[in-house]
Amino acid sequence: MDGLSAIIIISNIAVVLALSNGIVTVFGQAKIAIAAIESISRQPEVAGTVTNTMFISLALAETQGIYGLLVAIILLFANPFIPIYIQYLMGT
Amino acid sequence: MDIFNKILYEFEIFGIEIQITQTLVSTWVLMGLLIVFALIAKSAVSKFQTIPTGFQNAVESLIELVENFVRNTAGENLMELAPWFLMLVLFIFTSNISGIVGLRPPTTEWSTNFALALCSFYFIQKMGIKHRKKDYLKSLVQPIFLFLPINIIGELSKPISLSFRLFGNMLSGLILMAMVYSMPVYLRILIPIPLHMYFDLAIGALQTYIFCLLSLSFIRNAAISAS
Repeated sequence: MDGLSAIIIISNIAVVLALSNGIVTVFGQAKIAIAAIESISRQPEVAGTVTNTMFISLALAETQGIYGLLVAIILLFANPFIPIYIQYLMGT
Repeated sequence: MDIFNKILYEFEIFGIEIQITQTLVSTWVLMGLLIVFALIAKSAVSKFQTIPTGFQNAVESLIELVENFVRNTAGENLMELAPWFLMLVLFIFTSNISGIVGLRPPTTEWSTNFALALCSFYFIQKMGIKHRKKDYLKSLVQPIFLFLPINIIGELSKPISLSFRLFGNMLSGLILMAMVYSMPVYLRILIPIPLHMYFDLAIGALQTYIFCLLSLSFIRNAAISAS
């Protein structure tokens, strides 16, 4: 196995690991949604406030998943290790 | 549609390389459309009647929507921010849905989002200092003096997380759409329509709402003391 294919294989494994934090994100968001629905069904008159707070919390919880997605996108489409490896090959 | 942002034209001024990319061109197109819309609305203001019809209805409901949003979320004190949020809603929403007509959405470029988020950051600091004066600066060293660097990092992370949230959502939609458009021709006839409805219209509207809601709640937290 040469260096380039090793970089690509390891990057793809890293992409899978980075995207798998979406599982945790989804569980967190589901908990937020459950709590919001429960409180709305108990007190329908506070629906507006609860919906606003729910959206803010959902967005904050989503940040984690988005960061993982960004790492995955960078590794897939703009891999920073391949130019370093090419430079290393040119040097030797 | 392509995964990568194509460079259409490239030139150099005083040693600085300037690239005209697809997103830059679609930003100009959207800016032009919004400016024309604003000019038409401005020229129509003098002809507005008490009972609205047609175009006047649309403009008034748009402005009332944003004013109610700001009033319900942040209260009467921060109503001066309503015009800024009208601009934010119009620009982000039109750029999110511009993928439908084949433009590359400007919000899929991180620099656009970061510019918008930096403006939000400016308003957070400005409104905090304007409404709470010394209290706001004092809140940076709460609970004790040692927390100053942590609080500063917390402040600086706000524009970064705001911009990355919008960027990640829109770019993931764009990449999925680009994958669909690289399929064989007979698969491209009907499949993109529901995907466009979801990734451009639904996610676009939701992300616009979330961007405005989050920046407004950050501004409110800075301007109105929690205690």
